[in-house]
Amino acid sequence: MNIQTIKQAFYKSIPVLAGYVVLGIGFGILMRNAGYGVLWAASMSVFIYAGSMQYVGVGLLAGGASVLTTAITTIMVNARHLFYSISMVDTYKNAGKYKPYMIFALTDETYSLLCDGNVPAGVEPKLYRVLVSLFNHCYWIIGSIIGNLVGAVLSFSTAGIEFSMTALFVASFTEQWITTKDHVPAITGLISTLLCLVVFGRENFLIPAMLLITLVLTFLRRRKEDTV
Amino acid sequence: MKSYILIAVMSIVTILIRFLPFLVFRKQTPKYVSYLGRVLPPAIIGMLVIYCLKDITISVQPFGIPELIAASCVVGVQAWKRNSLISILTGTVIYMVLVQLVF
Repeated sequence: MNIQTIKQAFYKSIPVLAGYVVLGIGFGILMRNAGYGVLWAASMSVFIYAGSMQYVGVGLLAGGASVLTTAITTIMVNARHLFYSISMVDTYKNAGKYKPYMIFALTDETYSLLCDGNVPAGVEPKLYRVLVSLFNHCYWIIGSIIGNLVGAVLSFSTAGIEFSMTALFVASFTEQWITTKDHVPAITGLISTLLCLVVFGRENFLIPAMLLITLVLTFLRRRKEDTV
Repeated sequence: MKSYILIAVMSIVTILIRFLPFLVFRKQTPKYVSYLGRVLPPAIIGMLVIYCLKDITISVQPFGIPELIAASCVVGVQAWKRNSLISILTGTVIYMVLVQLVF
């Protein structure tokens, strides 16, 4: 164990702390309102660990959905994770014994922290990545527990605090924009997604957007190789 | 259906989705996949930004103005300070003030 690695991993994970605790609290409250206590909320956060899926999952549990409906819904909501994993195949290649946990814990937010493949100077890369994943996971679990136990008595208005997740992605996007020269992938992401949002509507555009992004980037690679 | 069975289903399906690409490309990463690994991250982050803003309706009050102001602040502060903690905090506080007190 090296202290520097732990410190750097914690520092990297702080932006997710606020967002995960808040969204976790939101999930905990939803579970409470649906009649599920703290053990239910916590075990979903430990074993599923996929934010939007857990929000959807509250409805599935409360409505007594079938196994098939639950499985299909999970595939629909979480299919985007295929693309996160594809883009981390190389980065996580030599993670050794940490690898299974890191793959399990690859959420949108953890992905956005680790996807550039860079680690701070002087840290042990494998340990650094697994700790960032683990810290985020802990924030999420703690949030769910707090929300489930004390959510109802929170006295100040937290309306709008969910924007912290949007802010996290906007900040990662800005940072990547500043640090990379080639802005074509970023622009491809924005335009393809906007296009799919218009064509498919706000409920169903995520998967088409991912496919379109992959398609466009694949086409651009071909063209680049032709010209080089 | 019993709740714990549904939770297990959600958990297992999510795990399978996250592991699938690693299992398929276990031995050797094809060049194409390495290429995707390089170019997908900025594209996907861009997609997630739009995903977070998808519920804005421009034709209905408050026309997405709080989101626009707060997101612009995040971009500005991030470009200026290069510290995501500060930019996320600034944007979130501004957004909360806007939706609670202004709009």
